[in-house]
Amino acid sequence: MSAKNAYICDVLVVGAGLAAERSAVEAAEAGLNVIILSLVPPRRSHSTAAQGGMQASLGNAALAKGDNPKIHFEDTVKGSDWGCDQEVAKMFCETVPIMIRQLDYWGVPWNRVTAGKKKLPSGIEVEDTKDKEGLITARDFGGVAKWRCCYTSDGTGHTVQFVVDTVVCKLGIPVHDRMEAIAIIHDGETCYGVVARCLRTGELNVYLAKSTVIATGGAGRIYAASTNAVINEGTGAAIALNTGLVPLGNMEAVQFHPTGMPPVFILMTEGARGDGGYLLDKNLHRFMPDYEPKKKELASRDVVSRRMIQHIRAGYGVQSKYAPQHLWLDIRHLGRQWVWTNLREIATIAGNFNGLDPAKDLVPVVPTQHYTMGGVRTNKWGYAYGLKGLFAIGEAACWDLHGFNRLGGNSLAETVTAGYIVGKQIVKYTLGATQDFNYKLVEDFVKQEEERIKNLISGKNGKEDVFEIRDAMQQTMMDHVHIFRTGPSLEQGVAKLQELYRRSLKIGLHSSGQGANPELAQALRMPGMLRTALCVAYGGLMRTESRGSHFREDYPKRDDANWLKRTLAYWKEGADLPTLDYEPVACPIMPPGDRGYGEATAGPKGK
Amino acid sequence: MGRQLSFSIFRYNPNIPGDAPRMQEYKLEEYEGMTLFVALNDIREKLDPTLMFDFVCRAAICGSCAMMINGRPGLACKTMTGTLPSRINLMPLPVFKLIGDLSVDTGTWFRNLQVRTESWIHTNKKFDPEALEVRMENKTAEAIYEPERCIECGCCVASCITANIRDDFLGATGINRVGRFLIDPRDERTDAEYFEVVGSEEGAFGCVGLMACDDNCPIELPLQQQLAFVRRKMAQAGLKLDLKGMKIS
Ligand SMILES: Cc1cc2nc3c(=O)[nH]c(=O)nc-3n(C[C@H](O)[C@H](O)[C@H](O)COP(=O)(O)OP(=O)(O)OC[C@H]3O[C@@H](n4cnc5c(N)ncnc54)[C@H](O)[C@@H]3O)c2cc1C
Ligand code: SF4
Ligand code: SF4
Ligand code: FES
Repeated sequence: MSAKNAYICDVLVVGAGLAAERSAVEAAEAGLNVIILSLVPPRRSHSTAAQGGMQASLGNAALAKGDNPKIHFEDTVKGSDWGCDQEVAKMFCETVPIMIRQLDYWGVPWNRVTAGKKKLPSGIEVEDTKDKEGLITARDFGGVAKWRCCYTSDGTGHTVQFVVDTVVCKLGIPVHDRMEAIAIIHDGETCYGVVARCLRTGELNVYLAKSTVIATGGAGRIYAASTNAVINEGTGAAIALNTGLVPLGNMEAVQFHPTGMPPVFILMTEGARGDGGYLLDKNLHRFMPDYEPKKKELASRDVVSRRMIQHIRAGYGVQSKYAPQHLWLDIRHLGRQWVWTNLREIATIAGNFNGLDPAKDLVPVVPTQHYTMGGVRTNKWGYAYGLKGLFAIGEAACWDLHGFNRLGGNSLAETVTAGYIVGKQIVKYTLGATQDFNYKLVEDFVKQEEERIKNLISGKNGKEDVFEIRDAMQQTMMDHVHIFRTGPSLEQGVAKLQELYRRSLKIGLHSSGQGANPELAQALRMPGMLRTALCVAYGGLMRTESRGSHFREDYPKRDDANWLKRTLAYWKEGADLPTLDYEPVACPIMPPGDRGYGEATAGPKGK
Repeated sequence: MGRQLSFSIFRYNPNIPGDAPRMQEYKLEEYEGMTLFVALNDIREKLDPTLMFDFVCRAAICGSCAMMINGRPGLACKTMTGTLPSRINLMPLPVFKLIGDLSVDTGTWFRNLQVRTESWIHTNKKFDPEALEVRMENKTAEAIYEPERCIECGCCVASCITANIRDDFLGATGINRVGRFLIDPRDERTDAEYFEVVGSEEGAFGCVGLMACDDNCPIELPLQQQLAFVRRKMAQAGLKLDLKGMKIS
């Protein structure tokens, strides 16, 4: 074999974020031999950047009283605009409280209930009761009926990832970090593992496993402005798509978070509004109650983001050195003590990058790409469509907990819950599977990757510049596939992306490509990123309705008669557009209805 | 027109046969709000696509991008070029294994640290999925969160004299990590067991107390306090162990 090393294991987990590590723990505890691959050390995965918290209906905080999995389920379905898989959502809402408590058992320092009367910024007085003192508390978040978001200050992802990683260390699960999966090995029926490129040496390795898990996170970096880490390029889902057999579900469903901070677009957590923060316009007017009298700043993210852009379009945006158009986040009234204890991370970020102190200054914000609802389509047990032995979890997957809009705090919660639920299925499947490899097949996959690398270095296919193509793709997504979408603009976007895709097949390196060359790494990812971007743009063009975060100005209404279905995008060999297929979205528990917020309820301008 | 910035950057890729360590010069025009994250990417994308460095979050929360910036360890992503003179010297962190150019292997170092110090909750209790969580005072949770905030960037290690001469030294980050478990009521280890882990020259007693770590921690962990706390605890535990030993003899 031409690969440097070949590793054989029972379960190969591609990714070391929360979803990945939680599933690895499940498999290792069952006695399976597990290897984790990751671009970066686990504790640098994007999960550590999550700030606000994790939804679970523990019902301990004053305004959480009476909460239960059923209410959590209803909020999730409404949030998804009836796009989610209700069976998955039900299972998730019932399991997540146990997950939170298990994380506590493993060491997460969840903030706790302190008894006593408290006055909220809204003026309402609440009382945390003595019987709940010392139990895990929660904060308010967007689109929810109860306070349900469990947190550790605003560093929730950090503490949860660190703690799950302690369990990985304790179990001695090997992590091969700086190891990028670049192709899935399969024979058209079964997945046998991956070809991976070492980001220390540039060498190719082969990983063979009975079960392969894609847990590679989101694809935010197909957009120029994103709250995502720079490594969130969606390559895990892209290599699954590239098999031609595994579809990506609902890629047009992209979440834009109301409060990215320009000019760097780092997130200001929803917890800021959950804790009582306001959005202000250029006249320092708090405008959200005009549009959403009931939920105000705490309608779901898709709705708040649209209302913000609507308000900017109406001429109320702020023009400043931070961005040509933005609005303000105001948390000054929460008080210095609160800001620097419970919102300390974002306070630090505002200071580091804009020299602002949110305890006394307004912070510029603008809706920014934030979350990939779509991903590798799986069934409710996490089995990927199209290939045996392949699973997907976390943001990389379309398990379909989120439908067309994810609720804040449901994603971290999904990572560990799916890691647990799907983890058990992985164990079951792996114990029943046999390991037999066709070495010729494996070698062919390695050769194919070697060939790609050789051609990129020699410039055999052309001399296109990888960074130029990436920038053009990111800008196209901003211009044509953003919050407000229209048919003609999406068509132009698709055409531009197709052109860029064809050019991406003609990339040639400017450098030697030797060792762990970063230009080569980017060049290898580029065609896959463009295919992913095309799934988003083309899926959006074909979906002639508005649902959740997918908003078509030319089709502004949700259309349950025709569009209660999920998009499945396949990439056939040699194609320059995805092939779209659809499957019905069943609503067995909660029939489609009114969300209680958003344009359909509150109308174009409130009331 | 912005300032003309001159970068002098350490170059060496141990995986390229024949490559030798050297400093390489690059020039960029500065613009408003430029960080070293932006500048280094500009250099890679416009001037030299072979340049290796690490960024992940670009928000000073993941600890990937620490390097020596004009001789001091710091996070490149949050360093505004405007705060630096127009000559900028960038070197990889010392102590850690070099991967190439500005990229070092902090991941392996920190994983070893976790394993050596057994940085996970030690308990004999079984998790009961039916039971409520064990109650804890919010104050205690906040106290644990404080040291837990360490982002494992390695700045404290790079600036530490002891770590630069002893490669088995846990560093301020390691001692801080142990301190985090020491105060966690869920961890059932005794002081004597902790003593095994940090009560030595590689641990709390190897530190010479010059506090370069404290000055250089980008998230301003109170390392000085934390080191003193762990040292005091370990001195007490050590004393008890000695006394016990005397009784037996
Ligand atoms: C700024 C920010 C704040 C957020 N805050 C919250 C919040 O408060 N609450 C909430 O619920 N959600 C939040 N989210 C969303 C949530 O953090 C993510 O959706 C979630 O953490 C994703 O976890 P994951 O395990 O699926 O992927 P990630 O944590 O992104 O991990 C992906 C892993 O895959 C690896 N990888 C990727 N590609 C490859 C490859 N080709 N080969 C090998 N390895 C690969 C990476 O190295 C990484 O280890 C936030 C998101 C952002 C951007
Ligand atoms: S105080 Fe101790 S840990 Fe900190 S730099 Fe000095 S020797 Fe190192
Ligand atoms: S203690 Fe501070 S300097 Fe040291 S690794 Fe942690 S965050 Fe970095
Ligand atoms: S890139 Fe994450 S700390 Fe700098």
